[in-house]
Amino acid sequence: MEELILDIGRWLVSGLQGLGLSAAWADLVLLLVQWGCIVGIVTANVIVLIWLERKVSGFIQQRLGPNRLGPYGVFQTVADAMKLMTKEDIIPSGADRTLFVLAPMLFIIVAVMLYVVLPMGRDMAIVDLNVGLFYFISVGSLSTICLLMAGWGSHNKWSLLGAMRSVAQMVSYEIPLAFSLLGVVMIVGSLNLGDIVAAQQRVWFVLLQPVAFVVFFVAATAELNRGPFDMPEAEQELTAGAFTEYTGMRWALFFLAEYTNLVAVSALASTLFLGGWQGPLLPSWLWIIVKTYLVMLVFMWLRWTFPRIRMDHLMSLSWKVLIPVSLANIVVTGAGLELFRAMGW
Amino acid sequence: MTLTLHDATFALLALLTLGAALGVVLARNIVHSAFLLVLTFLGVAGLFLTLDAGFLGLVQVLVYGGAISVLVVFAVMLLMSEQAGQTNPPGASRFTRWAGGVGAVALALALGAAVCTTAWEPGSGPRPEAVAELARLMLGDYVVPFEAAAVLLLLAVVGAIILAKGEDGR
Amino acid sequence: MIGISHYLLVATALFAIGAFGVVAKRNAIAILMSIELMLNAVNINFVAIDRYLAPGGALGQLFAVFVIAVAAAEVSVGLALVISIYRQRRSVNLDDFNLLKW
Repeated sequence: MEELILDIGRWLVSGLQGLGLSAAWADLVLLLVQWGCIVGIVTANVIVLIWLERKVSGFIQQRLGPNRLGPYGVFQTVADAMKLMTKEDIIPSGADRTLFVLAPMLFIIVAVMLYVVLPMGRDMAIVDLNVGLFYFISVGSLSTICLLMAGWGSHNKWSLLGAMRSVAQMVSYEIPLAFSLLGVVMIVGSLNLGDIVAAQQRVWFVLLQPVAFVVFFVAATAELNRGPFDMPEAEQELTAGAFTEYTGMRWALFFLAEYTNLVAVSALASTLFLGGWQGPLLPSWLWIIVKTYLVMLVFMWLRWTFPRIRMDHLMSLSWKVLIPVSLANIVVTGAGLELFRAMGW
Repeated sequence: MTLTLHDATFALLALLTLGAALGVVLARNIVHSAFLLVLTFLGVAGLFLTLDAGFLGLVQVLVYGGAISVLVVFAVMLLMSEQAGQTNPPGASRFTRWAGGVGAVALALALGAAVCTTAWEPGSGPRPEAVAELARLMLGDYVVPFEAAAVLLLLAVVGAIILAKGEDGR
Repeated sequence: MIGISHYLLVATALFAIGAFGVVAKRNAIAILMSIELMLNAVNINFVAIDRYLAPGGALGQLFAVFVIAVAAAEVSVGLALVISIYRQRRSVNLDDFNLLKW
């Protein structure tokens, strides 16, 4: 079981080489297949996730949630997806067509690019990058630009306001997000996600870096534009923020990308703080999936429990609380590391 | 002479970077200029990757792609007053445009000639792990410039806030 | 085979495009953007020379990091200046900033 997926990859490569392809080309094909698998799994997973989110919200709000189509309403999202696919594709007449059309595509591309470095099992990162964590942060920061494109391209004041809010929020929360990860990086001494997982053999970093974990969790919630920090799409005041003018599949792409980001950030959280793919009995790739889903359930729980907070409170939370706390965490971590080293650990 | 993957990547990235850069200076709509600027930055980041400078490429993506360009786009959107199509006009006088064009081409030709005629002597040696080496340099031999850059950034943040906020603290 | 001179030529072209933008454009933000293009061209040079001529260290990359830091500071202050002058003159066109001319 443990080697199942790796074996499939090896079988594919050897099969291709048997067909007369050179090793480099076979690896390239493998890379493309892996890429395709990611996109496929992510898309299929979103259908489950949206159903889960609605069920969780229903549970928390003491109602049933979707319950008509299939057992427990599991096919509700499939029906929704079909409806979205058949909807009319409207581009507003005042819109900047190029930006309007490009924005959702780029948004989903950036979201999928995040998965390249995540180790989804023992030796199962697609690219074992030595600066993997840094890659995740810097590529993740590109999504702000796509939101701005959507907001500007729609030629609508709600879109623009929503885009500006979300970008201001994401730029502010990127700082505590990155700072909170530095504690882990200092302990491991590497930016490679594989090394970070390997260093958690004995103890998970959530125990060594509890403050960093909390800061990371709050900052990630804001970074994902999820409640209670969903100011950018605050329905009651901004209709739907940057996505107001989008219809049909274009809107669905944004939705898809948001959930894709949610999965990626949850997987990152479990990789960095919850021991990644390490765990007893089950194969490693199953462990990371279990942990990722648990983290996602907490994100959903948060979203449906807390009321949305005000924009200025949101900003001051980042600049006046999270950033000082994460900076203090870095100092304490450094001092602690030196202390332990002096004690000869 | 065979076309390797590295060569092809380089050619694509160079075309992307230069094309986007031309778009930045030629576009009539300043918003398009700003987004093309992001594309240029990403192209340059890609060039860094082909030069085995992965860390620096990611710094470029994070700082230029994720922060500086957001700042520029924000400023552009705040300062839009006219019709979007005429927000980024070329210089008013025909003379400056032509002088700029001719000067730029002359500059490119002169520098290009210098590049082509110089005999470059490739260095050799083991390539150190870039991140560790950069950290060693920054916190070792070059710690003073490093701290100076930190102070500069702090000053820039404070200065930018004061300037943008206006004199009576609106 | 792609070598150092190809990278330097790309950097040269980028620099020239930026220089053209600085001279020919009248929108203050467009000029800031053009300056960024030139700084990027310089960074390509630093990294290419570091890679091909002095592969033993990372000095060129270090310098590029400093250039990026300074560019970030420059953009933030530059844009703040543009915003504050926009308040006075309701324009970002450099031709309208002639307060000191008479």
